[in-house]
Amino acid sequence: MSKKAWAILRDSRFAGVILIALLLACWQLSAMYLVKSPTWPTVTRIFEAWIENLADGTLVRHMLATFWRQMLGYGLAICIGVMLGLAMGYYRVLYNLFEPLVEVLRPIPGPAYLPILVLFVGIGHEMKVVLILVASVFPILLNTYSGVRSIDRVQFDTARTLGLNTLQTFRELVIPAASPQILTGMRISLAISLILAILGEMIVSNDGLGYFTLLAQRTFKVPEMYAGIFTLAAFGYALNRIFLLVEAKLIRWHYESSGRT
Amino acid sequence: MPDYLRVDRLEKRFSSHGRAAFHDLTFGVDQGAFVALIGPSGCGKSTLLHIMAGLSAPSAGVVRLAGEPVHEPRADMMFVFQQYTKSIFPWKTVLENVLLGVKYQSSASRKALEDLCVEHLEMVGLARYPHYYPYQLSGGMQQRVAIARALARRPKILLMDEPFSALDAMMRVELQDLLLNLWHDLGLTILFVTHDLDEALYLGQRVIMLSASPGTIAEDVAVPLAYPRRQIETRSEPTYLELRERLYRNMVEQVMAGRADAP
Repeated sequence: MSKKAWAILRDSRFAGVILIALLLACWQLSAMYLVKSPTWPTVTRIFEAWIENLADGTLVRHMLATFWRQMLGYGLAICIGVMLGLAMGYYRVLYNLFEPLVEVLRPIPGPAYLPILVLFVGIGHEMKVVLILVASVFPILLNTYSGVRSIDRVQFDTARTLGLNTLQTFRELVIPAASPQILTGMRISLAISLILAILGEMIVSNDGLGYFTLLAQRTFKVPEMYAGIFTLAAFGYALNRIFLLVEAKLIRWHYESSGRT
Repeated sequence: MPDYLRVDRLEKRFSSHGRAAFHDLTFGVDQGAFVALIGPSGCGKSTLLHIMAGLSAPSAGVVRLAGEPVHEPRADMMFVFQQYTKSIFPWKTVLENVLLGVKYQSSASRKALEDLCVEHLEMVGLARYPHYYPYQLSGGMQQRVAIARALARRPKILLMDEPFSALDAMMRVELQDLLLNLWHDLGLTILFVTHDLDEALYLGQRVIMLSASPGTIAEDVAVPLAYPRRQIETRSEPTYLELRERLYRNMVEQVMAGRADAP
């Protein structure tokens, strides 16, 4: 292999994209010639099903349903997690009051809240939103308060010598200083919120990508099932990319100051 | 006894191990004076400066500014920290950093405040950099931003905690001369903490040396060297060299005593 080709392979993600294409090709060929089974449709057949369901609006409708409930739960988690986290990080008394409780609740896997939620909020839209909320609030909360607590003493002293009051200190110092960690928590929770949205939809729902995928499987529309999963992959990927773009814009100073780009 | 800025029987004990950083510390600083405060590490000179700024409370004693006790930070007494990478907020541009010190305290228009800040950036030689971020500047420039921010609040006193000790030798020399010019032009009173004897002698009209812990005043000497001082010439004057030797001997004694004293 020439030096130049090796450099391209090492320094770009070109090879990774090729690998995905190769895997899809293997899938296609195996479905055409090796495993002729209704559970293993060709990629082209899945693609057709995908186009059909996109064209008639079905997938878009389900995607929007998922997106809406995910963003509702996730948005509430951000509000609660960031506000409580800022308060806990700043006021030691609140930290000492709530931190043990958070440590006890945090290890409970999100789906474990499901039976309780069904009892209290039923099986409707609200249940899914609350499920997403309780599962995705913890990474945001933890990262927010640990971000605030790791702000350097010198920075608080600076704020004091400049005569900033508490509200101004939050605005000018606490929130921006903790924002890299808050955003880390938000990125973790973004993935969690999608997982819980799909889970909720698979358990009981009449719309959403989770519902669409599971229903396709139950009604033996196997290409549609795969199309649903592919849509989820694209959806999750897009969400994460958008998040990273926004993050890079918001805390460019952080990457530049810490020598990363 | 000079009594513009006064420290009266000041004591600081650390709650963790009960040992005193310093005790029974009494001295005064004249209005318009440049006083350098020096001492071996661990003598509590930085703690002393924080207490004088009202950033932390003493265990006993009182700090007075023009007769008034100081309990918290005041607008006419600004602090310049050693860690400029922290005290200059990295998420703000140079201009925003300087604005931070004035925008909540003044009802003037944004434009007027910005002009005021740019004017102070000019004073420290940063007129061309208002829209740069700290990470785009050298350490010396970042510390200049901190000085501009302090000055934009038009303080009477600057309390400086080893402001140049993290800088390389060339930048330190530049900033020392800049500081002397600002002191002269603005009629500031400066209390400057350093562990560098040469820096203390070069800058100060007076050098106060603290002993090792618990810190007390080991020496309090006037530096009879004319201003403006010159980096090469001043540092080779006989008076400078004599004072340097005397203080250096004393400092070595302090360090040795501190060692023998150690548990």
